[in-house]
Amino acid sequence: MGVCEELAGVRVALTGNESLARGALEAGVAYAASYPGSPTAEVLGTLARVAKMFNLYVEWSVNEKVAMEGAAAASFTGLRSLVVMKADGLNVALDFASALALSGTRGGMVIVVGDDPGAHSSVREEDSRNLCKALHLPIWEPSSVQEAKDMTREAFALSEELKLPVVVRCVTRVCHASGDVELGEIARPERRPQFGRNDRVITFSIQLHARLEQKLSRAAVMAGDSIFNMYTGPDKAARLVIASGPSAMYAREALDMLELAGSVGVLKLGITWPLPETLLLNYLKNASEVVFTEEVEPFVEDNVLALAARHWDELGSIRFYGKRSGHVAGPAGAGIGELNPDLLADSLAKIFNVPRTEQAVLTSQEAEALLGEKMPGRELALCAGCPHRASFWAIRTALELDGREGIVLGDIGCYTLGIARTGYYLLQTMHCMGAGVGIAGGLGKLDRFGFNKPVITVVGDSTFYHAAIPALVNARYNRANFMCVVLDNETTAMTGHQPHPGRQATATGEPADTVYMEEIIRGLNIPYAISDPYNVEDTINAVCDMLQQSGPRVLIMRRTCALAAVKGKQKNRVYVDWDKCIGDACGCGRFCSKVYACPANIWDAEHGKARIDEAVCNGCGVCATLCPQRAIVVERTVE
Amino acid sequence: MSAFVEPLNIIITGVGGQGNVLASQVVSVAAVEAGYRVVVGETFGVSQRGGSVMSHVRISKNKTYGPLIPRGQAGVIAGFEPLETLRVMFNYANPDTVVIMNDRPNYPLGCLLGEDNYPEPARIEDTIRRRVTRLYCLPATELAKEAGSPLAANMVMTGALVGSGLLPFGREYFTRTIEILFKDGVRDLNLTAFELGYRLVAG
Ligand code: SF4
Ligand code: SF4
Repeated sequence: MGVCEELAGVRVALTGNESLARGALEAGVAYAASYPGSPTAEVLGTLARVAKMFNLYVEWSVNEKVAMEGAAAASFTGLRSLVVMKADGLNVALDFASALALSGTRGGMVIVVGDDPGAHSSVREEDSRNLCKALHLPIWEPSSVQEAKDMTREAFALSEELKLPVVVRCVTRVCHASGDVELGEIARPERRPQFGRNDRVITFSIQLHARLEQKLSRAAVMAGDSIFNMYTGPDKAARLVIASGPSAMYAREALDMLELAGSVGVLKLGITWPLPETLLLNYLKNASEVVFTEEVEPFVEDNVLALAARHWDELGSIRFYGKRSGHVAGPAGAGIGELNPDLLADSLAKIFNVPRTEQAVLTSQEAEALLGEKMPGRELALCAGCPHRASFWAIRTALELDGREGIVLGDIGCYTLGIARTGYYLLQTMHCMGAGVGIAGGLGKLDRFGFNKPVITVVGDSTFYHAAIPALVNARYNRANFMCVVLDNETTAMTGHQPHPGRQATATGEPADTVYMEEIIRGLNIPYAISDPYNVEDTINAVCDMLQQSGPRVLIMRRTCALAAVKGKQKNRVYVDWDKCIGDACGCGRFCSKVYACPANIWDAEHGKARIDEAVCNGCGVCATLCPQRAIVVERTVE
Repeated sequence: MSAFVEPLNIIITGVGGQGNVLASQVVSVAAVEAGYRVVVGETFGVSQRGGSVMSHVRISKNKTYGPLIPRGQAGVIAGFEPLETLRVMFNYANPDTVVIMNDRPNYPLGCLLGEDNYPEPARIEDTIRRRVTRLYCLPATELAKEAGSPLAANMVMTGALVGSGLLPFGREYFTRTIEILFKDGVRDLNLTAFELGYRLVAG
């Protein structure tokens, strides 16, 4: 595996996330913690795999705040530490992060935050830079897989120099990209954590704010000399692009396409906070037109505009183009969605008034005209055999039987798809980790105002540990009336099957002291039951029963994620017995494919019969129990 | 092997769960082994299965490119699923683009539910042929079954990609990469699948 390659100077293929991990290894990191979130979920997994080899402590924490607290502790003892999260995770950790910025750190501490422009695997495209600025933390932004490594390594050094955590803000296009990376040496420092009776890390002093400001001023000066700010283009360019992250590369490619590379300069900022002011002023001095390209918010743009306003005398009049002027904008508008080379070529062509010739591509109308029919879209679906589909089916059926128009709430995980078709549109709220439980608690107190609908909230097992417990404590204490369904697929499936406190193993595969959710629930004095969602009938009955009860109560629907269950194993063979399947004559309305909607249950139009796509089916056997004709056969090879 | 035009832009597309991320990993590791520069950009929806997925692979001699291929500039499109191949082709193909396509449909939910119609495979093929001059259409899933598992269709497709002769480096880099990345039974399965795809296209 490239990540642990010892030879410096060789080129290996790494993903952006592996590259971030490698950077930490090259910096001699000792302690790493994270809660899995896309796009940065694989950073910690990578370190966990090599933890033994390099004697690291690596953990999946219960949430991002706890992860950051642990990493800070390691730093207080002088060790180098890494904490990894997605943008949403920084929101969770914010309270501690703001205090930590004030107290400062000792051993180098790097916070990797993965932002997701375009919201590929998030519910929003939050730009964490504004929060980091509010925290008074330096922000570094890699633009390539190579820089992800190099910057992480150097960010540790800066952190140690300033005694302040440094944020490496990485976007999906870098985290999930892969490419050749030239390796540096892996550091193997001698590690002796020190924290004695006389060490104090306390944030209770107004002086600390002043000290923090001083640290940032130093950081701004140092940022000016950084090798991660890079200029390409003609000397004294009058037309300048100021870019950060991967948009720097898109901008260069766009300028090539427009044949403007010789006349327009690109200043790529690797360090976007605090701004390298002297460097910027140097380039702004010669510029009469400046274009900003960055994702997602106009962060550099706003801050450079403020800088230019302060230096109005020296700079004279410059025309600024970007999100504020509306010139750098995709179809959804300025500051919304990702950038890409085409979008920048369109924008730059307009701004600099040059023709844009490109390969003819077809609009969707033209494409459909050529095809002669509509092209079906592809909506997201729970995997074939997903236990959540069975769970949602049971909840839906139970609610119908119950007849009181029960409300169903949810939050973040694979089961978020419960807002859409494959969860039968069941979920009525969806915000952030654990929010469904808190909202259910609120609804569950409205009976005095005449609200009498049953309330169900679904929460995943990993989310249970991350954020549901305080809401359940609150519900017990205040006697809120709702039913919490834990969709326990025994893993953190959405981000790639990371373990959590309910599992038997830690991040590094060591045996864990498992924290059973039943024990927590029992400890909260909340009644609970357990059912297997693959056993649909029993699960429906369990939901119906519990809907009749009052107060907070929990139903655990437990069945391993279908993908985790079949990994490396022979799957059950499931097929349709065509002698029994009577197709549309059955009156079931194509129950298997249309109603239950497992993507492996397909329809053979030619023969008018149901069929199962063996390449897709995960062999759960649930469709077999639902088919009214009992036409689906399961050949069991696994239980 | 054809003359190498910098950069070689390859798009690998399909449906979540078909293993195209793994296929792009094999291509990129092989490229690095062969001494080329490479960058891969993955586009996928939430991690759940069933959505459209697309990887952009850009191979070059010594320049680093961004992880996204501009419109109309794909050199090769390797489509693991007909409908997704078509979708990507409209946006990224030019008349010189080579398309390699698995003929096995994976029906979107809307089609399963009878709300949408999945275009006739022959119609998809014909539409592609009207846009590009070179199309290889192969039964990759069936070949993968022959090799031992329908899930190895991604390696059949990778073999076909190499068999097309469009890459500036040879198949030995691929077999070595597969041997490094996989173990035991999966390694053998993938090697066999790769071989079947390679031979079908290289002849
Ligand atoms: S057994 Fe039926 S429900 Fe389960 S994955 Fe296969 S087709 Fe889908
Ligand atoms: S990854 Fe697992 S839990 Fe998530 S949708 Fe697929 S089967 Fe369900």
